[in-house]
Amino acid sequence: MSTLNFDNNRIRFDLQIIASWIEPNTRVLDLGCGEGDLLFYLKSRKEVRGTGIEHDEEKVAQCIEKGVTVLQGDINAEVLDYPDGAFDYVILSQTLQQVYEPAALLRSILRIGKKAVVSFPNFSHWQVRFQLLTTGYAPVTRQLPYQWYDTPNIRVISLKDFRKFARTVGFKIFKETAISIHDRKGRTVQWMQNLRATYGIFLVGK
Amino acid sequence: MSEYIEHDTQGRSVGIVVKKTFTFAESPNEMVLESGTHLGPISIAYETYGTLASDRSNAILLLHALSGDAHAAGYYSAEDPKPGWWDIMVGPGKGIDTDKYFVICSNILGSCMGSTGPRSIDPATGRPYGKNFPMVTIGDMVRAQKALVDHLGVDRLLAVIGGSIGGMQVLEWTVRYPEMVYAAIPLATTTRHSALAIAFNEVARQAIMADPNWNNGNYYGKQRPDTGLAVARMIGHITYLSDAAMRQKFGRRLQDKNDLSFNFDADFQVESYLRYQGTKFVERFDANSFLYISKAADYFDLERQYGGGSLVEAFSGAVAKYFVISFTSDWLYPTYQSRSIVQTMKKNGLEVSFCEIEADWGHDAFLLPSERLTKLIEGFLGRVHSEFRQ
Repeated sequence: MSTLNFDNNRIRFDLQIIASWIEPNTRVLDLGCGEGDLLFYLKSRKEVRGTGIEHDEEKVAQCIEKGVTVLQGDINAEVLDYPDGAFDYVILSQTLQQVYEPAALLRSILRIGKKAVVSFPNFSHWQVRFQLLTTGYAPVTRQLPYQWYDTPNIRVISLKDFRKFARTVGFKIFKETAISIHDRKGRTVQWMQNLRATYGIFLVGK
Repeated sequence: MSEYIEHDTQGRSVGIVVKKTFTFAESPNEMVLESGTHLGPISIAYETYGTLASDRSNAILLLHALSGDAHAAGYYSAEDPKPGWWDIMVGPGKGIDTDKYFVICSNILGSCMGSTGPRSIDPATGRPYGKNFPMVTIGDMVRAQKALVDHLGVDRLLAVIGGSIGGMQVLEWTVRYPEMVYAAIPLATTTRHSALAIAFNEVARQAIMADPNWNNGNYYGKQRPDTGLAVARMIGHITYLSDAAMRQKFGRRLQDKNDLSFNFDADFQVESYLRYQGTKFVERFDANSFLYISKAADYFDLERQYGGGSLVEAFSGAVAKYFVISFTSDWLYPTYQSRSIVQTMKKNGLEVSFCEIEADWGHDAFLLPSERLTKLIEGFLGRVHSEFRQ
């Protein structure tokens, strides 16, 4: 079990795990790249040729200002234009729970990317279960901080759900890491992952 | 583009600048235009700001729009009331930082602001070309710019930047001379005019040609077709703004009066504004140049010229790193046209960034002070500059 302090690292713990899976000198597409922290890290540490997709103009501007290549647009539409195998990795970090058609998006991702990294908040974490069981209200946690009426998250996914989803849609899981983040510290979770992990990170491919 | 020249708010001015002229294509080495006609000699007015680095890695070419000129930044004298047309963006410490970059801006072929155009003297007759001036294309303009860039000893440009018709030249540069352009910023532009854009241009041209003073283009030394050119400019200004911009700027407010005049004076502020813009424009611009340049913009069609009808094919030889920028309220070159450029770059595996800037000011937004635009251009240039030097 590793414990890493956020203050000593420039990017979030989950992004560090993702970055550690990316081979140097590869082509990477980051869907929903935000302000481009991961791509900037990959570019400066691993000489990755990256592109981000982000719908928010302010975040797009942040990316450009730090020298990250970015397209302003909707991830579901933007993935359609790339030729087959255009990227070595396509990253979908903490966005799957907001996607309207996850199976179609995953198929597109695996058409344009040789591999994909998918991460999402784990809805079967014990705190989520406990809240629903004891209070009867839709859960609100640090990972899922929204009320039901203002959340961008339209899907609830557990680690087990994602493994089943892989079998249904027909892609392989090459690697997976369950992590738990509390009080700005992150660690990997080795046992009872579906109950104890706040996030799941999966490396998938065809 | 409009005359939105504003004094710099950030950074400093490049100070006093000098307009220079480069002449080439002298007999018998005239330039063969895309139409097949020979033209020469050709003079191109240009200005430069900043210093070319010893490794020549910092040259940026600015490309102006329809009514622009070589005077992008600075002042001609201490008494000069107005700086160049993009002084808000170009200068020491500004978005295009002249402390870091060597910036070239030239007046396009066919214009009337110091470069060879219909008002220039035809060496064959000793009189102004008028309508005998050959039709020039965006490609011809770019070839003339290439001659200037060669003359200045720049073998590879760090970036080409321009909006509107200037953006067309940016795109043309990257497909015509791919090896000479490292990065490109096409702003508020298109790979070919929509029917709407051609329609507005045609109405503007008809306004000029319907003016009896136009006299089939032969008016130099006589009464100029000022009325026609002013109306053409008024039409242009409508397309440069937007419904939202006009609502905010004018609404239905009256100009210097409390009630309607019940005649055909300029009652509304928007009427007065357009009349003023029209009148101001004729003082500095040549009607024939307007005809030629607007036609060149209408003819511009990258997919037809370079791709046999396919835009993807047209950009198949391009290698530049692109940064495409559009503006939400631009209805002359709407965002969907920029997106189709971006789509093409993606299909060709080219590196491309894209940002749609939220702005109410219509097509003209690219010339107005915008911290967002300044930061975007500054950030992108900073990156490509460090990559280019490696």
